[in-house]
Amino acid sequence: MAKVTLTVNGRRVSEDCDDRMLLVHFIRDKLGLTGTHVGCDTTQCGTCVVHMDGRSVKSCSVLAVQAAGSDVTTIEGLAAQGDLHPVQAAFKEHHGLQCGFCTPGMVMTAVDMIHRHGGQLDEATVRHELEGNICRCTGYHNIVKAVLAANADMQAGREAAE
Amino acid sequence: MGVEGIGARVTRKEDKRFLTGKGRYTDDMSVPGMKHACFVRSPYAHARIRGMDTTAAREMPGVIGILDGRQLQADGIGNLICGWMIHSKDGSPMKMGAWRPLAYETVRYVGDAVAIVVADTYAEARDAAEAVTVDYEELPAVTEAVSALQAEAPQIHPEAPGNLIFDWQIGDPEATDRAIASAAHVTEIKIHNNRLSPNPMEPRSTLGIYDAAEEHYTCYTTSQNPHVARLVMSAFYNVAPENKLRVIAPDVGGGFGSKIYIYPEEIVCLWASKKTGVPVKWTSDRTEAFLTDAHGRDHVSTVKMGFDADHRIVGLKVDTIANLGAYMSLFSSAVPTYLYATLLSGQYAIPAIHANVRTVYTNTVPVDAYRGAGRPEATYLLERTMETAARELGLSPAELRRKNFIRSFPYQTPVIMNYDAGDYEASLSAAMQAADWDGFPARKAEAAERGKKRGIGMSCYIEACGIAPSAAVGSLGAGVGLWESAEVRVNAVGTIEVLTGSHSHGQGHETTFAQLVAERLGVPIDSVNIVHGDTDKVQMGMGTYGSRSGAVGMSAVVKALDKVEAKAKKIAAHMMEADENDIVIENGELKVAGTDKTVPWFQVALSAYTAHNLPAGMEPGLKETAFYDPANFTFPAGCYIAEVEVDPETGKTQIVQFVAADDFGNIINPMIVEGQVHGGLAQGIGQALLEEVRYDPESGQLLTASYMDYAMPRADDLPSFDLSHQNTPCPSNPLGIKGCGEAGAIGSPPALINAITDAIGTNDLTMPATPMKVWLAMQANH
Repeated sequence: MAKVTLTVNGRRVSEDCDDRMLLVHFIRDKLGLTGTHVGCDTTQCGTCVVHMDGRSVKSCSVLAVQAAGSDVTTIEGLAAQGDLHPVQAAFKEHHGLQCGFCTPGMVMTAVDMIHRHGGQLDEATVRHELEGNICRCTGYHNIVKAVLAANADMQAGREAAE
Repeated sequence: MGVEGIGARVTRKEDKRFLTGKGRYTDDMSVPGMKHACFVRSPYAHARIRGMDTTAAREMPGVIGILDGRQLQADGIGNLICGWMIHSKDGSPMKMGAWRPLAYETVRYVGDAVAIVVADTYAEARDAAEAVTVDYEELPAVTEAVSALQAEAPQIHPEAPGNLIFDWQIGDPEATDRAIASAAHVTEIKIHNNRLSPNPMEPRSTLGIYDAAEEHYTCYTTSQNPHVARLVMSAFYNVAPENKLRVIAPDVGGGFGSKIYIYPEEIVCLWASKKTGVPVKWTSDRTEAFLTDAHGRDHVSTVKMGFDADHRIVGLKVDTIANLGAYMSLFSSAVPTYLYATLLSGQYAIPAIHANVRTVYTNTVPVDAYRGAGRPEATYLLERTMETAARELGLSPAELRRKNFIRSFPYQTPVIMNYDAGDYEASLSAAMQAADWDGFPARKAEAAERGKKRGIGMSCYIEACGIAPSAAVGSLGAGVGLWESAEVRVNAVGTIEVLTGSHSHGQGHETTFAQLVAERLGVPIDSVNIVHGDTDKVQMGMGTYGSRSGAVGMSAVVKALDKVEAKAKKIAAHMMEADENDIVIENGELKVAGTDKTVPWFQVALSAYTAHNLPAGMEPGLKETAFYDPANFTFPAGCYIAEVEVDPETGKTQIVQFVAADDFGNIINPMIVEGQVHGGLAQGIGQALLEEVRYDPESGQLLTASYMDYAMPRADDLPSFDLSHQNTPCPSNPLGIKGCGEAGAIGSPPALINAITDAIGTNDLTMPATPMKVWLAMQANH
């Protein structure tokens, strides 16, 4: 048993947990943030993706104790309450979700992808980058459209700001 | 059409909660005192249980209780059942072996549950489950249906000698034999339809809560049909009377058929909650999902199709063996019979059809409906046969299909179905145009210059949806009626709740059902809430599967809206001192036609509830219910064309183009319909190229029990899709809807395989067409 202290969605949290507890279970069970999901047990499906110190990670492959001291953002913290991040808005606009279960992980992956590629994304790159996120509902068609649209919106936003 | 009415491409009302992490799935539920369950499962495919020792496990940290099947049976909990009776051709009823929620004499597949462990945390429950010692006497196992029918095969259930569940037929055997004997050409082909795991991304989960003071149970569960779950758990499993059992299916993360059925875990968690005195939650991990979620497909068939000298089909004879797994799941018997063989006429006028189907027990997880359910098997069989025949006869695939299309409706097939409407030529032409079929030879030549083998293939599918007319399915053996119910509640301020027995687990009902109300009443969709998935709120329902929510569920809403409108018109007429027959509803107002007299919708609603000035004798309130029983099945149909390039060095197939041209009847929301097609196509392409459940035939161990071993389609396995619609309205329901949920999965596998076999020049290829198989087929063809 260890006491783990970290920052989640801008809030400092401190909880006792088993040494073997995974970050995803810490987020879901200790903090009650159930937007981060568990869809497999082999680090394949990507429904558990969160941002840890600014990079996307599969929270099923990080121990909670490893995350001590880090800054974690989950789907609940991506935008201010009531607002949608441009990626979330694009998923809605382009029907990039159906059952919603893979969606938080998809969105967190897409945000990180867009940041890493600095606006330089095409369909083939998006499809390749989504390899670690499985969706069974959409056939990815509209997810790819949504990511490309969000990428264009965010790039336009960056250029407008410059 | 209003901006939010029928036909409008409105974005979904439900999206915001899913996008912001506020969806509420069963595993997200937490109640005070809740504990966690882990099941002890058989590591053997077939074994006798000699004993079980839980002594050490009970001493493990956090353990609250360990319960087994003998205790469950002593408490009177019943065995699981199959709800559709099929009779063999000799008149005998299907041979159903006992399926105990927790096995205590014999286990029959790897993953068969034998005990439940309840502990403070899931990790503790899992540790303790591993400490339960079960003394198994391993028995020989068989996993493949053809092997299970052999004389020396292990016997799986005493009730089913030779592992044969039923030997059923449909159509006229003599007429078909005569037609094929007299045919100018007979095409013969063997078809294997690969076994699949549905894999909704949300694993199954259930939370059982027993309230001792009220003797009442609440079951949160990942279900496509919570009312059916309550009915079956009450009527057959003796969990609790219906009035003491509430079933809630909250947000459900995909189903594709696998969440129709009532599984052992729901029953056992409810019972365990009473036994242990705590709420009990169980959530499947992905390995358990592969081991225990009902699988789909797994047919082996031989086909003979006869043609006359003019290339018209004269007869079709099919012999199918279907693997139903270790136990008969809820609708397992209907899938390879009435959902399969009744579609063997396809889009073609075939004067004589005969199909014989044998279903078989094996030591594998039960097989039941998976997206398409029987119809993908029929379509794959027919469309591979048509393609092979066209090649043998030296005709273009389109020419042979056109020659045999059904062109006038209604059309009675020799296998029960009566097609009500369609235009198969329209979809074929549209698909060929979109795919630039005529330009293919040039593209093939260009690809050959790059060292690639390019192929093109088509598939013309039909399916039966709108499941189903209750009297018809009752006469065929169904244990339930397949109507739907709806309730429209107008609140005193004019906002509206629609309660439906349909269940949305990705289909977007909260949006499309609201669009229907917006169309009828001219109110904004934001003033309409759709309520579903809770037996305490919705009066009754049969749930969502078989692409039935639009055709059947929304038709029930139409009936309830008819009643609401009729009453609202009476009230408005009274308020405006007009004749109710002169009242029209437009843009959220009730108007006297041809005058400037209007009263807003909310004012009529308010009048209904204040009841200060209602027509004489009228009851207060504005709320109506309806049940809708469909008059016929609906028949979505279409044509899909795949174009592929095969790398001759590696056997890897790349899809370079995929075109889908569908007839879904009238469409409520094109955006959502397209999304359904995209998802169906991905699952069908997955079946054709990637996915297959494999058991080790000797040990019965599941070899594909994780995403490391079972090839789910990923984003870079798939192309973007080219979709179009050639809709003929369905005459059998008030909205003219046919349904769109399964088409993609039904029509796409044969299009892909026809394209690959075209590319590599052989008909001999089985799904999934992995690079290894395609490479081997190319070598064999040299």
